[in-house]
Amino acid sequence: MAIDIGAAEVSYLEHRGVHRGIASWVLSTDHKRIGILYLTSLLSFFAVGVLIGILMRLELIAPGETLVSARVYNSMFTLHGMIMIFLFIIPGIPAAFGNFFLPILIGAKDVAFPRLNLLSWWVYVAGATLAVLSLFSGGGAPDTGWTFYAPYSLRTGTNVTLAVFAAFVLGFSSILTGINFVTTIHRLRAPGMSWFRLPLFVWSLYATAWVQVLATPILALTLMLVMLERIVGLGLFDAARGGDPLLYQHLFWIYSHPAVYIMILPAMGVVSEIIPTFSRQKIFGYKAIAFSSLAIAFVGYLVWGHHMYTSGMSDTARWVFSLLTFLVAVPSGIKVFNWVATLYKGAIDLAPPLLYTLSFIFLFMIGGFTGLISGALATNLHIHDTAFVVGHFHYVMFGGTGFMLFAALLYWFPKMFGRMVPARPMWLAWLLMFIGFNALYFPMLILGWMGMPRRYYDYLPRFQPLNVVSTAGSWVLALGLAVFFVTLWRARRHGEIAPANPWGGSTLEWQIASPPPVENFERIPVIERGPYEYGEIPPVE
Amino acid sequence: MSDAALGAVAREHEHHDATGAKIGMWLFLFTEFLLFGGLFLLYAVYRTKFPADFHFAATTLDVRLGTVNTAILLTSSLTMVLSVAAHERDNRKLSTAFLALTMLLGLAFLVNKYFEWSTKIDHGLFPGAAELATHAPGEKLFYGLYYAMTGLHGLHVLIGIAVMAFVLPVAARRPRRRVRLGTQSASRLALTAEAGGELWAETPEDAVDEIEVSFLYEHNEELAKRDRIVVENTGLYWHLVDIVWIFLFPLFYLIT
Repeated sequence: MAIDIGAAEVSYLEHRGVHRGIASWVLSTDHKRIGILYLTSLLSFFAVGVLIGILMRLELIAPGETLVSARVYNSMFTLHGMIMIFLFIIPGIPAAFGNFFLPILIGAKDVAFPRLNLLSWWVYVAGATLAVLSLFSGGGAPDTGWTFYAPYSLRTGTNVTLAVFAAFVLGFSSILTGINFVTTIHRLRAPGMSWFRLPLFVWSLYATAWVQVLATPILALTLMLVMLERIVGLGLFDAARGGDPLLYQHLFWIYSHPAVYIMILPAMGVVSEIIPTFSRQKIFGYKAIAFSSLAIAFVGYLVWGHHMYTSGMSDTARWVFSLLTFLVAVPSGIKVFNWVATLYKGAIDLAPPLLYTLSFIFLFMIGGFTGLISGALATNLHIHDTAFVVGHFHYVMFGGTGFMLFAALLYWFPKMFGRMVPARPMWLAWLLMFIGFNALYFPMLILGWMGMPRRYYDYLPRFQPLNVVSTAGSWVLALGLAVFFVTLWRARRHGEIAPANPWGGSTLEWQIASPPPVENFERIPVIERGPYEYGEIPPVE
Repeated sequence: MSDAALGAVAREHEHHDATGAKIGMWLFLFTEFLLFGGLFLLYAVYRTKFPADFHFAATTLDVRLGTVNTAILLTSSLTMVLSVAAHERDNRKLSTAFLALTMLLGLAFLVNKYFEWSTKIDHGLFPGAAELATHAPGEKLFYGLYYAMTGLHGLHVLIGIAVMAFVLPVAARRPRRRVRLGTQSASRLALTAEAGGELWAETPEDAVDEIEVSFLYEHNEELAKRDRIVVENTGLYWHLVDIVWIFLFPLFYLIT
């Protein structure tokens, strides 16, 4: 390894800065500490979201009112959606792992705007606080679903105004992170770190950051208009005043469809890091993977109409959106083929991070194929607004991004905390999660195909057997999650001390100490090779 | 002063990147354009749907007031540019003066806007008013958009003025930093910038009996550049406010 990074200094966890105690975290501008702040906060919200999810599944174990009333159930799926989407999965990988590793991966000491970075976390916390407040104030927790569709969101007596404002504030946090990452990648690459020597995780963060910058403002505006409609009654989305509720859906999905790529692209970036490391091969089709990230970000802008096939659009608009939806599947396919090709004839080490990554590929493919069914005009009519869509979405988001977030935790935990995670419990956690996940969501695909609508607290008796399977799946999944996080929590203190490069990775983060020193690199490294050149790397320690 | 301290000072500077700051600002401006873009989209849809109503509703707006405001805002963009140019030529007094003038023009715009809105509201032309309820749907939407768009724009003018209030002292200050060498406790020696922030600190193990100080003032081109970027970025923001108005003016006042 020819990279000169100087002698190790004190780690970022032990560094004593200006502040002490909790202030040394919440006032720190160190990208690594901010990454940990995000990780802790978003995992806490994830726990809340999971809890609500389990309660919803419990309600659905039998037809009729089992646990909660229809009204409470409506609030629950709204909250579950808001928490999981705005507080967990959108910030998710970019804010936690992007913050921690982006500067290290490009050979920089921090992001371009460290103080703005801290501000974005504070804005996130402020938005989260508002979201929590909206549950207990005004007319009670919102019951519109996380999409806040007009005209119901304009009429309901629940506290939609505050909830929408919370999402508006969270959008700001997302924009600030996006601006910071684009600038960082343009300006702070180490000497010799050309665009095609960037690790692919950085490419995916770059594409994601652009989507954050260019799509989120539309959501901000749309939500602002919902607030104005509720407060002063502008009438822009209100048919009674001449407005058009359909325009709300357009504006909402112009953001919210690209937003699903904010959620999935960074996960795909992590896949592209883990697979070369654990198959000890140079990544196959580096440029294809890099450009497919940009292609997904770009085409992803143009497909929002596929959420609205049944809302009332011209046939021309419908087939154009359908065609574009099929197109956006192509770059995802390119990625999957390249990942599999990287594994081919590799020296595969099936350690937990790779195991979780392979399950990502499997689950994401089910999510992707059911996406094609949803994206085709004829089949969409049949499954629109059914449990099928819920199943599809969770396969992509939980089976995709969720599993990759776990894989990223397993892969980078030794670097972030300087401790190894024991492999055995993680195998068990994987088994439970994988079985539980499929038991939970695959029945939804079938139920939806049979005609069970989504967002109902009640259903016909003939849907019960599969609903019981699904609910039982949620318990197995929850058990798997418990094993996973308890193991991580214990490993943080009691795990074996991690060496600098436990997996034999070739990217820059593995060339510095675990946990990284405060300034990452004593001297900025000079990069002389691509990110996945395994031929020149010494064997695993 | 030890090499370590000088190293600390130098290191702090290399973190600042003028081009990076500008890229960041431009990205932020993109987001602003998209924010307004959503409203322009709504405007386009509704105007296509109700051309006659829009045409009729626009006749109630006061073209003279709108023109005066356009002139005010264009002039304020000029004074903003002059402020940036003066700062570039190290004429801080002139730069500050032009910046203050820009603020005044921004305020004048808002005062004008206030009178315009209150006249409309007096005539019952606002969302939810009984008077407006009797009008055609396209007219209601016109006024809905009018208040949303000029309101959001007005908010940006207000934010711009607030930002300039913060930037005034930055534009005025000399590009040098006063540093202080002192002991904070019995054994800790530190070099701090007057504006706050520790540049270097050491806790010597043995008693210190001699301290050599190489400099106290630091005339600093880096800092000058940093201030300049702040002024320039403020200017960019103000031009955004101006450009948005350039589109709002014809779309609301001149379509009669």
